[in-house]
Amino acid sequence: MNALWLAALGLVLVVLPFVLSSYHVFQLTQVVVYAIVLLGLNILTGYNGQVSLGHGAFFAIGAYTTAILLDKTGIPYWATVPVGGAICLVAGFLFGLPALRLEGLYLALATFALAVATPQILKYRHIEQWTGGVQGITFAKPDPPPHIPLDSDQWLYFFCLVIAVPVYVVGWNLLRARTGRALVAIRDHPLAASAMGIDTAFYKSATFGISAMFTGIAGSLGAIVTQFVAPDSFPIFLSLSFLVGIAVGGIASIPGAVFGAVFIEFVPNVADAISDAAPWAIYGLVLIVFMYVMPEGLAGLLRTLTRRFDARGERGLAGAASGRKREPRTSDARSP
Amino acid sequence: MDTFLQQVLSGLATGGIYASVALALVMIYQATHHVNFAQGELAMFSTYIAWTFIDSGMPYWLAFVLTLAISFVAGVLIERIIIRPIENAPVMAIVTVFVGLLVILNSIAGWIYGYTIKSFPSPFPSDAWYGGRYMSPHEVGMITVTLVMLLLVFLFFRFTPLGLAMRAAAQNPLSSRLVGIRVGWMLALGWGLAGTIGSVAGMMAAPIIYLDPNMMSGVLLYGFAAALLGGITNPWGAALGGFIVGVLENLAGAYVVGTEIKLTVALVIIVGVLLIRPSGLFGRTLVTRV
Amino acid sequence: MMAAILETHDLDASYGPTRVLTKLALAVEERGITALLGANGAGKTTTLRALCNMMVRLSGEVRFAGERIEGKATEDIVRLGIAHVPDGRGTFTGLTVEENLRLGAYVRRDKRGVAQDFARVFGYFPRLAERRRQQAGTLSGGEQQMLAIARALMLRPRLLLLDEPSFGLAPILVGEIFAILGTINREEGVSMLLVEQNAKVALDLASHAYLLETGRIVMQGPADAIGRDESVRRAYLGY
Repeated sequence: MNALWLAALGLVLVVLPFVLSSYHVFQLTQVVVYAIVLLGLNILTGYNGQVSLGHGAFFAIGAYTTAILLDKTGIPYWATVPVGGAICLVAGFLFGLPALRLEGLYLALATFALAVATPQILKYRHIEQWTGGVQGITFAKPDPPPHIPLDSDQWLYFFCLVIAVPVYVVGWNLLRARTGRALVAIRDHPLAASAMGIDTAFYKSATFGISAMFTGIAGSLGAIVTQFVAPDSFPIFLSLSFLVGIAVGGIASIPGAVFGAVFIEFVPNVADAISDAAPWAIYGLVLIVFMYVMPEGLAGLLRTLTRRFDARGERGLAGAASGRKREPRTSDARSP
Repeated sequence: MDTFLQQVLSGLATGGIYASVALALVMIYQATHHVNFAQGELAMFSTYIAWTFIDSGMPYWLAFVLTLAISFVAGVLIERIIIRPIENAPVMAIVTVFVGLLVILNSIAGWIYGYTIKSFPSPFPSDAWYGGRYMSPHEVGMITVTLVMLLLVFLFFRFTPLGLAMRAAAQNPLSSRLVGIRVGWMLALGWGLAGTIGSVAGMMAAPIIYLDPNMMSGVLLYGFAAALLGGITNPWGAALGGFIVGVLENLAGAYVVGTEIKLTVALVIIVGVLLIRPSGLFGRTLVTRV
Repeated sequence: MMAAILETHDLDASYGPTRVLTKLALAVEERGITALLGANGAGKTTTLRALCNMMVRLSGEVRFAGERIEGKATEDIVRLGIAHVPDGRGTFTGLTVEENLRLGAYVRRDKRGVAQDFARVFGYFPRLAERRRQQAGTLSGGEQQMLAIARALMLRPRLLLLDEPSFGLAPILVGEIFAILGTINREEGVSMLLVEQNAKVALDLASHAYLLETGRIVMQGPADAIGRDESVRRAYLGY
């Protein structure tokens, strides 16, 4: 990504909370949170080719970790974030191990099951004393540290931003380095990849773990920002929204994760403004139109446009990652 | 023993619903390699249409048949108008379009009919002769209707030229074109048929789970699970999977964990089975030549 | 040469931006067998695909029985009486032998004629009759090739396009199949365009031949003349 764009973006991100209302700052903070989720999901789906319909579960785990720790212990809110991340890293890796055996659709079902199970389990009577049951858990809004001239909403925004930056840097490095090439190899040609000595099993599980970790971190942040968790805050639709986010933003794209986050935070609001009778119908329509116009997401569209101007073209990871359906083969197996 | 039998039979009855949804999912999957996430909402919408007819005084079976026809046409139109333009788009884009469709249908149903649950009549009177100790008349009727429907669909695919053409188009679109089959229309027909099957499932389920815009989401999940359990390459395995899932759900709810998290338990069991047999119970294990 | 049932003029074909065929001009003799030879990658399969308007972008002219057909949908070209046996056989492996054959006659309306044709193709390929109810995917390579040809015949085509029917088959089987092709051609007058890498068997069967190299016709003429040509012998016949 161009250094100039990055600098401009950085400037905008720093200035915005001072010119927007509290509610808008809150929304912006949500965008940052979702951007972390989508980065994690992108790593998994876009670069590693594993579809997950269940990342809402890891988001919930991160959120509930924070909520329970804040409710039951004296741990400061910022310390709960790494805990949420660590738990999800382990959970994701453990989930990924058996999930390896399942491909495509079957993996999708397993993750879907995870997402559907989550609200049910959270409501389960026997663990109510920790999870707060159907009502969930609420806690106090964190104050900015003394001597810092920000209000709570602005502080929380910067708090999330400051965590998002290293997460993005890690994600970026992960994908650019040898690991990244290995991941793409596994996605595009698993057989060849393992023949070349890439330990497919390990990479797949590890990728799932890392993806879950990012989502868990985001979940923790999300809980801190809203100061409330409840089982019904994490319905299957949340997982579907995440998927929509990376489709709209552009899979296998780091800027795409940011675009997608903006989309899933703001478009439902816009749809609501257009029609309060059936806002989701408008949302659905927008989704469909979006996919007709730019099936590779916003990032894909930008890529095509910049390729027209840039002689070198942007090949490599981005080019290989469009995930286009392959042409049907004319032949059945050629028998000797 | 009494309760056990009751749970099993009742599970078979709801299993019929799951079997129908599973069949519809597999039909579309086989032809297009896409999972129709909106299948449940389509069935739900069809059921609302049936409700509208019945509410306005139309006799049940007339409304039933009319709804079948409308659902068929709707399926064909959706495939031609919404799905066809993005046939060759990346997988994620297609999944998103399905999600969009799902959301639109759900929202519009809520808008037109509201979110309060409505009751939907059963054509099988509660004091009918075929009800008994273990199954209510509606449950008996439900199983019968779904079995008859599955049989008709089976006969259609096995013995009619059109059914053969549809099977061919799903397996090998290129060769199908070479014998003159218009593959695009076969896809549309598949969608129409799936729409019809889904509407039957919805109308049979509604008396039990009540009519509201979100009625089918659990059913769809079970249908999805059933399709995979049976083997996504095998429509009849998928249907059988539906019955298995129905029974499993009831037994899990009655004997293992109570109705609160029976959904979770059923899913865990299914995923467990898939870990042992990744291609499903009856699916063909695809051998890939290296 | 007799009248041509199929001819092309200035035919160009591409896959996306990659041009594969350039200014192709060939003619298939009516009631005759014409061979299209060439090495791997010469564009032989592409030629047949272009004739059926399948998977390629083409420009130029293709005439069947005098009428222009380029740009027509594949399904409509089939209805004109052109049957294409694709590379890799293209059998419906999940269906039975009988269902495959029935599909070959999908566009036909005359039930009695179809029944007669069933008898005829079973006559040509008795092995298929024995395996009538068997799943096509379980047939051997040679049987699948027979099935593919038989399915094409069920159309009662005027023109048969064959893409490398000898591929992967033992020589004896190749001889058997090519003999049957010859019989079909003689007794029923079905015109054939035979694409082959195996120049020898193709030239033995065909009356007229074309040589394709990197998308262009570099030689054409009566089959025996081509077979005697020095350069052809060295490059394609191995002596």
